[in-house]
Amino acid sequence: MTNANPTGVTRATLAKDLRLEWRSKDAINSMLFFALLVVVIFSFSFDPTAEESRRIAGGLVWVAFLFAAVVALNQTWARELRNQVLDAYRVSPAPANSLFLAKALGNFIFVAVLEALMTPLFIVFYNLRAVGPPYQLLIVAILGTWALVVNGTFFAAISLRTRSREIMLPLLLFPISIPALLAMVEATSSILTGEFSAKFWIVLLVAYDVVFTMASLFLFELILHAE
Amino acid sequence: MKRAFPILAILTAALLSYGLYQALVVAPTEKTMGDVQRIFYYHVPSAWTGGVLFFVNFVASIAYLVRRNTKADALALASAEVGVLFCTIVLVTGPIWARPVWGIWWTWDLRLTLTLVLWLIYVSYLLLRRFSTSGQTPVIAAVLAILGTLDIPLVYFSIWFFRTQHPQPVIGGGGSIDPRMLHAFFVNLIAFTCFGALVCWSRYRLEILRREVEETQALESLLEVRSSR
Repeated sequence: MTNANPTGVTRATLAKDLRLEWRSKDAINSMLFFALLVVVIFSFSFDPTAEESRRIAGGLVWVAFLFAAVVALNQTWARELRNQVLDAYRVSPAPANSLFLAKALGNFIFVAVLEALMTPLFIVFYNLRAVGPPYQLLIVAILGTWALVVNGTFFAAISLRTRSREIMLPLLLFPISIPALLAMVEATSSILTGEFSAKFWIVLLVAYDVVFTMASLFLFELILHAE
Repeated sequence: MKRAFPILAILTAALLSYGLYQALVVAPTEKTMGDVQRIFYYHVPSAWTGGVLFFVNFVASIAYLVRRNTKADALALASAEVGVLFCTIVLVTGPIWARPVWGIWWTWDLRLTLTLVLWLIYVSYLLLRRFSTSGQTPVIAAVLAILGTLDIPLVYFSIWFFRTQHPQPVIGGGGSIDPRMLHAFFVNLIAFTCFGALVCWSRYRLEILRREVEETQALESLLEVRSSR
């Protein structure tokens, strides 16, 4: 049965999702506008240019990205319900975890693009500047985004099986992601303020990514076939 | 097995009343904290029972995925529900103690935050079961339970690094504790474990009965449709 080439399935699905997004730009537009709204609304609750705001900036940045990412994650599988594409996946001999990997990589690219576009805005609006080593910010961004996206893609598939699925995704995603969120926020804050080392948090993010990537790849087949 | 249930019920009632007497009357009043310290005889055993029930949930979820036995799924549901209940008791009794002793209701330290996050994870588990429209709710619930358990060590390490100011465990500290306090504590620990098992068991039996009723009703309506044709 499973003579389908796993990397071929991943590549084809990823290419299809990227092409769809390139033509519609649904996910990226809604995420961008949403994140922009979050940035503006946050700025009302404190003085964003004050020096002490630097301490909470890490949290703000990630909360904005998290909320925006949920917008894109919700569309991951919902898109496949139209025309019974998901049922076609289910009966096809393509391995479930390569399908999952394609979806997670696609979401990773969307959220990464969002972050790349939003970061300059944060720097301008919140007057940010890293006191610690800036290359670490890139590491934290990559690991943190993957942590959000790998769980988010998985839970989006679960919430597909529920009533009011758009609400269900954050309800499942946020509690489990707490260690990853804490690590991202703390790592970013310690790099921005330069007061602490971010090494422990980066190690924790790596552990989180490894554990949940393995678990998701291993368990996804059960979710795909649970109707 | 069915005869064991009333025996466990009587044993639990006896242990709980003996534990109550030990905790409120026999155990001496703690010197610095006063009577409010007695809440520990309920707080810590509840935390222990909740932890055991979450572990039962994990084992039952794996058993369900391996064997596809509906009884394992009923046990997973029952243990998660009752576990959340005990976890709630912990989260309520903790601040009642903390307010007079620490001067604050809540602090974001290791064990408090860990308990809260555990509570959040299992509430989301129960919500998923509630909101699921899938015919295979047990499968997706079991998968979530496994992911939730995998998350616990990561939560632990992240908060451990974040901060810790909780009083270190006072059990096993040596001669500083009055033996009557230890006695009251262990009696309550056993009593609460039995209590948790008892409540979980009745919830499990209720769930099995509920499913049987549902199946019978579905069967009956099916037969009615046939005979009316």
